[in-house]
Amino acid sequence: MWYLCVFYHRLLDYRKPEFESLADLFGAFDDDPSSSHSLEWKLPQHHHPDSPFHFVNLPSEDIARNIANRSILVKGVYEIWGEGSSYEELKEAINSYPEDRKLPYLTPDSTFRIIVDSFGKAISFKDQTSRIQGMSYIPFKGRVDLRNPEHKFWLIETDDYESNNGLPPIVDKRIFFGREVGAADRKLLPTYQLKSRTYLGPTAMDAEVAFLMANQAQAMPGKLVYDPFVGTGSILVAAAHFGAMTMGADIDIRVVRDGRGPDCNVWSNFKQYGLQMPVSLLRADNNLPPWRPGLKEIFDAIICDPPYGVRAGGRKSGGRKLLKGTVDPYTVPDNLRSGHIPSTAAYSLAECVHDLLDLAAKMLVTGGRLVYFYPVLRDNNDTLDVDFPKHPCFKLVASCEQILSYRYSRVLLTMVKIGAYTDEIEEAARVQHLEFRENHVKWMEEGNLHSAVFDPDFVGFDEVDSKSGKDPKKKYRGKYV
Amino acid sequence: MLSSNIKGVINGFPLRIEVEKVVEKQVDFNPDFLKNMFSKIDWKALADASKIMGYAELPEEVPDASVLDSDEFLQKFHHALLELHLEEGALVCPETGRRFPVNKGIPNMLLHEDEV
Repeated sequence: MWYLCVFYHRLLDYRKPEFESLADLFGAFDDDPSSSHSLEWKLPQHHHPDSPFHFVNLPSEDIARNIANRSILVKGVYEIWGEGSSYEELKEAINSYPEDRKLPYLTPDSTFRIIVDSFGKAISFKDQTSRIQGMSYIPFKGRVDLRNPEHKFWLIETDDYESNNGLPPIVDKRIFFGREVGAADRKLLPTYQLKSRTYLGPTAMDAEVAFLMANQAQAMPGKLVYDPFVGTGSILVAAAHFGAMTMGADIDIRVVRDGRGPDCNVWSNFKQYGLQMPVSLLRADNNLPPWRPGLKEIFDAIICDPPYGVRAGGRKSGGRKLLKGTVDPYTVPDNLRSGHIPSTAAYSLAECVHDLLDLAAKMLVTGGRLVYFYPVLRDNNDTLDVDFPKHPCFKLVASCEQILSYRYSRVLLTMVKIGAYTDEIEEAARVQHLEFRENHVKWMEEGNLHSAVFDPDFVGFDEVDSKSGKDPKKKYRGKYV
Repeated sequence: MLSSNIKGVINGFPLRIEVEKVVEKQVDFNPDFLKNMFSKIDWKALADASKIMGYAELPEEVPDASVLDSDEFLQKFHHALLELHLEEGALVCPETGRRFPVNKGIPNMLLHEDEV
């Protein structure tokens, strides 16, 4: 059955992948396991792909409701009773919509309300009331209840504007009328917003994005989710909100163990929201992980924001000189061992990504998900044409770009484990990694990415001509415009 | 789950637990999670570890998967797996005797320069 899905007009690239991940979680593809695990989408006539309005085909209303209620970016999913480019057309469409689909929601013992909404324009209160009264040709028998109605009906109008909200001027005037099936609970965001969080680090993940990551990872009760770069735990908080058990590691012991006092640490961030505490937190280095030999397929999802050296650099065990081989290892005297702080060396993005994929290939269950951010330098023509890291055990199911500055974006990658980890795969992955590293050597190494993002005089590696050919800065940062 | 990862160490598992302080944390009971974890756990290591930490209710031998239907068993498994926390102490490598300290509930698994 087709539903109208209206998204919030933000994080455009994240909207459909979130919807599809949740569709997968709530069993939309269970009937046909061989399907491509993507939904059928349709745009209203003349709408741009970045429009908030999309039609989507879902197997049942329960699935539609579950997806909408759990999502962050869905404003509402509606069963459309009619649409048109004028109110006359709308009336005709609603009147010809089958009675047996309408009457169950119009019974005398029910309560309802009609909500007028618009995109690209504002409708005054007076006009809203007259529009609602204009719908009186629908035989509503129930009682109006504005606070807590059983059924919510939405009248949504879009304007035929030239260019508004940054969208290209092809959007046609369209009016939709439908019954709400479900909608996102955006109240989560003020509850979990970072400014109310007790323990924060400089790179704590924004609550909205953390929830999107947890949705991409399909966090739910009974699952175990791991973050190898846990920091202050901001990503795991989102996973724990959806009922998953969590576990985290970090190389910086001050962050995971001490925090800023007894009631200001990673544990207290979970306590603050009444969430289940992590099963375990530990200090470990993802470059030399301390897992027992043979341990595998234990996590249902790995979610992380790896330190790629833009805002915070990664570290790994072993000193800089030591790894180059210029000095011999320093043997710590026995009496100093307990308080010794081992030296660390910079951890390049290429290495970091390789270790992460290797860890995920070993430790994820089949069908488990790896969700992580990956930095991308933007070139002049605004197209994303990058090779994302690959691994023989994984299939990339979604890549969502979030443009952060004129120069770079971060892309949220979602990979699903499709094959078991074997020795041959380990070797194949290493070869693939070397190739990948070869192609990206220019900016994958230490410091280059940082200067590409921040250095005012930086000239891109493959940037050819001067800035004269560039368009003036666009108001709207989207992929297609 | 953890093991000693010092270079050259082969038998780094299971780590011996040195107990200074154990705390019990209240965790919501979730049978689905326990059933999910049951097959992934090294049973003997868990049973030994919980015994050292003062909880000897788990069977020594790997129980048959049918015990997962017993609520009594799941409660015990739940307590040992999720509610027992080593707050202060150490994890000791069985081969080299290297101590990985556990402080405020966080095992410090980072290696020193000469162990990388």
